[in-house]
Amino acid sequence: METMKILLYLLIFPGFLFTAVCGMLASFIDRKLTARVQWRRGPPLLQPLYDFIKLLGKETIVPKSANKLTFFLAPIIGFAVVILVSTILGLTLINSETSFAGDLIVVIYLLTIPSLCIIIGGFSSGNPIASLGASREMRLILGYELPFVLSILVPVIKSGSIKLGEIVTSTYAISSISGIIALVVSIICMQAKLGLIPFDAPEAEQEIIAGSFIEYSGTPLAIFKLTKWMLLFVLPVFLITVFMPTKNVISFIIKYLILLVVVILIKNTNPRLRVDQIIKFSWIYLTVLSFIAVIYALKGL
Amino acid sequence: MSIKFKSLLKSPWVFHLACSPCNNCDIEILDVLTPRYDVERFGIQLVGSIRHADVLLVTGVPNKKTAVRLKQLYDQMPKPGIVIAVGTCACGLGIFKNGYNTVGPIDSIVPVSAYVPGCPPKPEAIIMGVVKLIKALSEKK
Repeated sequence: METMKILLYLLIFPGFLFTAVCGMLASFIDRKLTARVQWRRGPPLLQPLYDFIKLLGKETIVPKSANKLTFFLAPIIGFAVVILVSTILGLTLINSETSFAGDLIVVIYLLTIPSLCIIIGGFSSGNPIASLGASREMRLILGYELPFVLSILVPVIKSGSIKLGEIVTSTYAISSISGIIALVVSIICMQAKLGLIPFDAPEAEQEIIAGSFIEYSGTPLAIFKLTKWMLLFVLPVFLITVFMPTKNVISFIIKYLILLVVVILIKNTNPRLRVDQIIKFSWIYLTVLSFIAVIYALKGL
Repeated sequence: MSIKFKSLLKSPWVFHLACSPCNNCDIEILDVLTPRYDVERFGIQLVGSIRHADVLLVTGVPNKKTAVRLKQLYDQMPKPGIVIAVGTCACGLGIFKNGYNTVGPIDSIVPVSAYVPGCPPKPEAIIMGVVKLIKALSEKK
């Protein structure tokens, strides 16, 4: 019975099916809004679903120089991790009793793994351009991970706990100066985690074609795409959980949509940064800003 | 019509191969992606890697160098995939018929599903060619 319940959580409600549908909707909103910003009509509602099913039906090609095991494992691990994160977050938001000690740290670690999978996939496909994309992704992680963790530290200080359940029930971090600074920093870090412009150097279409994904085709590519769409849902939900938790469904949806639209508008109004510019930006501005936020939070502001 | 095939027709991703053209056709193809014509309405996207592509869009006359690459790229494309020839040079040979390095029309190297003639074809003609091809494919299956 207990196993069935866990499977249900993982596969249907806060897990796979729910997140996949929401991620596809988020991807549709992304493409439609981008089209409207560029004064176009944009794709139909079911476009992400068509793309996904089409990719599932295509032939899967494995390059001769690729390491088969890691080439196929990389997308699957990233996908599984996103399902796990969405399940943990969803259950915590619905019922804060289900959270366990230190699950915030688990979630922060798990959110790094999809990027690691992109790196592994890129290196194992044996294509020089994919390796270039993977090495850029690695430097991107070095850039954004420190300010991201530091800005998540602010709600931890406010609530005095590293348990998601207690953060959800006790604090509303956004109501203070330190919380606002930390939210701004973490939104920019989220942009980098999602690999969107201005931080899309790892898969810069015009320079290195598709980065790590260049050799992927068919089902593995479909899984990578779905993982990206699901991250577009899971990461804003994580920020909502940590900074402005809510039980009300409508207020939750409004907060999510605001975060999503901010991300898409940043994506559409900025040029791409070079890798060294990304590192400089995140280590000088973002890290200092997040340190200021942590100091403010320690002072109780 | 199976759902797999339907979704293939709803989201054809295009890889653009310039087989030594004079670039007129390429400029018209880029026009198709602009807000005025906006082919993303039909789910059509330009992709950079041949591994992601469903449609190989070829412009220009294959010569001794590019004919080899064309064949290679066709083999690298995951199937099911189709080839569309855009421009008079790609459909027949145009004014390069008697050129010293011309190998032959594209359909003598890879199977071609649709021809869009014109020098260069208008963006409307390219969209019409794709729509006609999609219609023909969905009626055949």
